[in-house]
Amino acid sequence: MEIAEAQGKLNFAIDGRKLDADGLEVAPGIYSILIAGECFEARVERQGALLCVTVEGQEYSAEIIDSRRLRRGRGGGMEAEGRQQVRAPMPGKVIRVLANAGNTIEANKGIVVIEAMKMQNEVRSPKSGTVEQILVTEGQAVNSGDVLAVIA
Amino acid sequence: MFKKILIANRGEIAVRIVRACREMGIRAAVVFSDADRASLHVRLADEAYHIGPAPSRESYLVIEKIISAAQKAGAEAIHPGYGFLAENPALARACASARIRFIGPSAEAMEKMGSKTAARQLARAVGAPMVPGTLESIATFEEALTTARAIGFPVVFKAVAGGGGKGMRQIDDEGEMAAGWRDASSEALSAFGDGRLYLEKYLVRPRHIEIQVFGDHQGHMVHLGERECSVQRRHQKVIEEAPSPVMTPDLRRAMGEAAIKLARAGQYTNAGTVEFMVDADRNFYFLEVNTRLQVEHPVTELVTSLDLVKLQIRIASGEALPFTTEDVRIEGHAIECRIYAEDPENNFAPSPGKILERRVPSGPGIRLDDGVYAGWTVPSEYDPLLGKLIAWGSNRSEAISRMRRAVDEYYTTGIRTNLGLFRRILDSRDFQAGAIYTRWLDEFLKIPPAGVAKSDHALDAAAVALALWHLAQNGASENGKQAALAGVSEWKNEGRRDQLSRFPRH
Repeated sequence: MEIAEAQGKLNFAIDGRKLDADGLEVAPGIYSILIAGECFEARVERQGALLCVTVEGQEYSAEIIDSRRLRRGRGGGMEAEGRQQVRAPMPGKVIRVLANAGNTIEANKGIVVIEAMKMQNEVRSPKSGTVEQILVTEGQAVNSGDVLAVIA
Repeated sequence: MFKKILIANRGEIAVRIVRACREMGIRAAVVFSDADRASLHVRLADEAYHIGPAPSRESYLVIEKIISAAQKAGAEAIHPGYGFLAENPALARACASARIRFIGPSAEAMEKMGSKTAARQLARAVGAPMVPGTLESIATFEEALTTARAIGFPVVFKAVAGGGGKGMRQIDDEGEMAAGWRDASSEALSAFGDGRLYLEKYLVRPRHIEIQVFGDHQGHMVHLGERECSVQRRHQKVIEEAPSPVMTPDLRRAMGEAAIKLARAGQYTNAGTVEFMVDADRNFYFLEVNTRLQVEHPVTELVTSLDLVKLQIRIASGEALPFTTEDVRIEGHAIECRIYAEDPENNFAPSPGKILERRVPSGPGIRLDDGVYAGWTVPSEYDPLLGKLIAWGSNRSEAISRMRRAVDEYYTTGIRTNLGLFRRILDSRDFQAGAIYTRWLDEFLKIPPAGVAKSDHALDAAAVALALWHLAQNGASENGKQAALAGVSEWKNEGRRDQLSRFPRH
């Protein structure tokens, strides 16, 4: 997605295709989006290492890859609260389990490593807390969205 | 009339009772555990008393603490709500000893009707219909055959020694009896070490229909019609409605009379519910009695325009029932959805946590019996019921469309809820036709959800929302904003696969 600002207004384009879009945050994480006059309400929430965006009752998992690697350590200061389920961001194979049930863990510390498409991806804890459960073992195949661990 | 009532409960039902007290000019005193100090029922009450640590067995279930709080508050009566101690005769007795009025039936009535076996004996004594069958094990195949013919096919063999489906065989006609007798018995023998069987009529697609009864202390008894509670997941009610889509005036009269007869025999007072199973031929069979106010009481309230909690309080304070069964009018149709903090994608596991943002539905025909608010943390120690969403319409079709609209308006962030489940159920042909039965939802959930048709631009809207979110996270200063704008150049979406295989959900 490319975003450009002109005359105080944001213009969006996806892969070069310009959007006729008007977006406004109406409450924290809640957006009113108009696309060519059609109304959408979208909600964005963190879900472990991923973002979850819900539109028209449908939920999507997403990851923002910032080409300038602007990602901050604690995701802008928002730490997940309450019991969190950590999910696989993509399908792959668990090649390493880095934490055990009962361990305390810090936000952003690795829990498991998933290998997919010849790349290794460390799935991190969304908060500081205790590892309540590890639900996968080394060598296990996982699908996108599968729960890997629960952090209390 | 009481001046002050202590509410021995929490969550949405405590809020419900606080509201009835408010409307009647009665002071509402509540209790709270460590996990509930900030909860809605404490915020809305007139007085609140701390009763211990979060686990129920150290707080809401401790009779001494409840009585003690009531005495400290100077409350003349205790309302137990539902669950916790509501059907515990020991609380009713403790209230009597402490000279505090218990808003519910007597301990004796609870014991007589609350135990499954005691209630069945009572039902038999008053001639209430029960599922036909043998009450003891069958000695010979010949006896089984004679009994099956007398009951009428289809019948089911069941193991005397256990359940869980083991030792059960459904028999549709006489030709299947021999094999069924042999197989059920051997399965029961290997599962429980006891091959004895008994026989029952097999209810094909039974519906769970219950009758609301009320008795006062002057000997009057009424019924307020029925509720249908057949949409259940693993025997837990999920959606309830009133009236039942298959009810006829004759059936209502017959079931109501049977319920009242039973309640009278048990010398029942205050609110109670008599549960029945109803088969496809509209034969009804007594199941059990609930000696308390039920979760789903709002659907009865909406179609009868009665306030059942106020009625409970009035009866407990000694007033007579102000109407007869003949006075009760059923108008329109009401449907209730129980909103839980649970994750439909993780086998409905509870999903406690902090509620961040929230929008609740309102508008025509919508009632929300709420127990939570945005910013509150749903504790893990209790049943994660967030509240009940109830819709009333002038007919069933309007009630369904109103509920559907309300479910779309309702969202929460920070926790998972079962709202997506209701969209699926309300959109289903079976539910819309009223063609439901107690195992219907379990069967329905085995079918993968159909892909939901959505607008072309929904994904674009999702992308814009994500972009705005990212900008807000990274661009505080003007310089920062410029930098972020240049930086966000691509995003990855797992959604296309997800929408084909997942529940739509909030």
